[in-house]
Amino acid sequence: MNMKRRVFLKGTLAGSAVAVALSAGLLSPRQVLAAWPNAAYEAKSVQDALKNLFGNDLTDASNTIEIKAPDIAENGAVVPVTIETSMKGVESISIIAEKNQTPLIASFTIPANTSPTISTRIKMGQTGNVIAVVKANGKLYSARKEVKVTIGGCGG
Amino acid sequence: MKKFAATATALALLCAAPLAAQATPESDLKSFREYYMKQFPGVPLNEFGNGVYAIDADARSSWEAIEEFPPYDDELERGKKLFETPFANGKTYASCFPNGGKGIRQNYPYFDAKSGNVKTLEAEINECRVKNGEQPLPGKKGDIAQISAYMASTSKGKKFNIKVPNDPRALAWYEKGKALFYAKRGQLNMACADCHINNVGRRVRTETLGPALGHPTHFPVYRLQWGYLGTLQHRYAGCNEQVRAKAFKDQGPEYTALEYFETYMSNGIEVNGPSSRK
Amino acid sequence: MGDSIKIRASEKGGLCTVKALIKHKMETGLRKDKKTGQTIPAHFIQEVVCEHNGKVVLSATWGTAISENPYLSFEFSGAKKGDTIKLSWKDNKNESDSAEEQIK
Repeated sequence: MNMKRRVFLKGTLAGSAVAVALSAGLLSPRQVLAAWPNAAYEAKSVQDALKNLFGNDLTDASNTIEIKAPDIAENGAVVPVTIETSMKGVESISIIAEKNQTPLIASFTIPANTSPTISTRIKMGQTGNVIAVVKANGKLYSARKEVKVTIGGCGG
Repeated sequence: MKKFAATATALALLCAAPLAAQATPESDLKSFREYYMKQFPGVPLNEFGNGVYAIDADARSSWEAIEEFPPYDDELERGKKLFETPFANGKTYASCFPNGGKGIRQNYPYFDAKSGNVKTLEAEINECRVKNGEQPLPGKKGDIAQISAYMASTSKGKKFNIKVPNDPRALAWYEKGKALFYAKRGQLNMACADCHINNVGRRVRTETLGPALGHPTHFPVYRLQWGYLGTLQHRYAGCNEQVRAKAFKDQGPEYTALEYFETYMSNGIEVNGPSSRK
Repeated sequence: MGDSIKIRASEKGGLCTVKALIKHKMETGLRKDKKTGQTIPAHFIQEVVCEHNGKVVLSATWGTAISENPYLSFEFSGAKKGDTIKLSWKDNKNESDSAEEQIK
């Protein structure tokens, strides 16, 4: 708990540093968007990925987030996933595969006129949870769904 | 009990094979189709053209998501271009086929009375090339699968209508294909029928075994495992290798006979190729 | 230009559905070449931006675990038929592409 509290504080500091830079006109929003968060994508655990992406790994489980993905992946290299939420004020949707070597898969920034629904296809190395993290009104929410991945042989 | 009954029916079907002389293609088709309709009540005949997705809702949802923007789109476009590009002599593929090659997939493979041979669409595409002074295309994938896929796409919705004419040579092709379908092969000693009739709908590890009814309708197929469009005979070779048997020659008499038999069994189901599979 | 991207955009009741397929290997950097045994270096799209009439309607960062030939679908409001949708990507080798499509 203590650990998480500290992480949370650090996250707030980092966040405000960016805010300061922004308001001081040091960074244009475009540059902020364009920076590929390599530490988040190279992180080996879900926690590290979240900390690096959001400065915070505390998410509230939310049943307003729906993950559409197969129970059993037809092929781990191509797993169709749709993340959908009825939440208002969504800023971003991120997709994570818990058991992948580097769990963070993608992060989508959702402007005001865009619906908080994203469909894509992901790679999964092994059976595990797909985690959706939704940032709304400055807070992080998450949901998970297990997808079984096996080595395909037959079919078609 | 139900399981036992299903196995018994399957066994009856299996045992029927050696008595081929008494069965006609028509009666075979009737019992083949009835077996699946009984196994999967409520699944309409045409749905079997979607293979395992006709009977596995979870797999179907992910297949439908992939078909939203299918990964073979590019290859299909390329197939159209290849089909329309004239040979060095100025002629095109259209000159070799009835109706300019459009809307004819449902008639392949067919028995050609002149040569006494069964011809698949892929074989005829290559015959067309040779006739026009071009080299035949290598089988299984690439250009040939793309052209075949384009030709299938112009035939979507037409019902397969394979004929086994009352000609001893045609019947011999049919019987050869049927025998192959029920013959055990390879180190695992398995026949096509073992998975796709006897154990249809059951799982091999996490894989649901698909019905043989409707197998050929959606080819050429883009298998996610392949990452490209491939022909039905390409898939046959893969199946044979999975039971640790040596694959027969592509477009050779064995697979052509098997394709003839299996496609005949799918008569009445709509052409829905190309499609994607796992 | 634009050869790697296919966009389908359709409008219904003010809501525009965008579906896009990008041709890209999306190499993870974990695979080995079967013949040489050498690791194939990572090569993947890192950034994707979609604009409607010049305004960003979706931006994303991607890692290596987006499937080969990436697919993306989303919806946004305030578009009408005939408007232009532009999609651009940039990968870790600084290669990039963009394509435009009219909303149907």
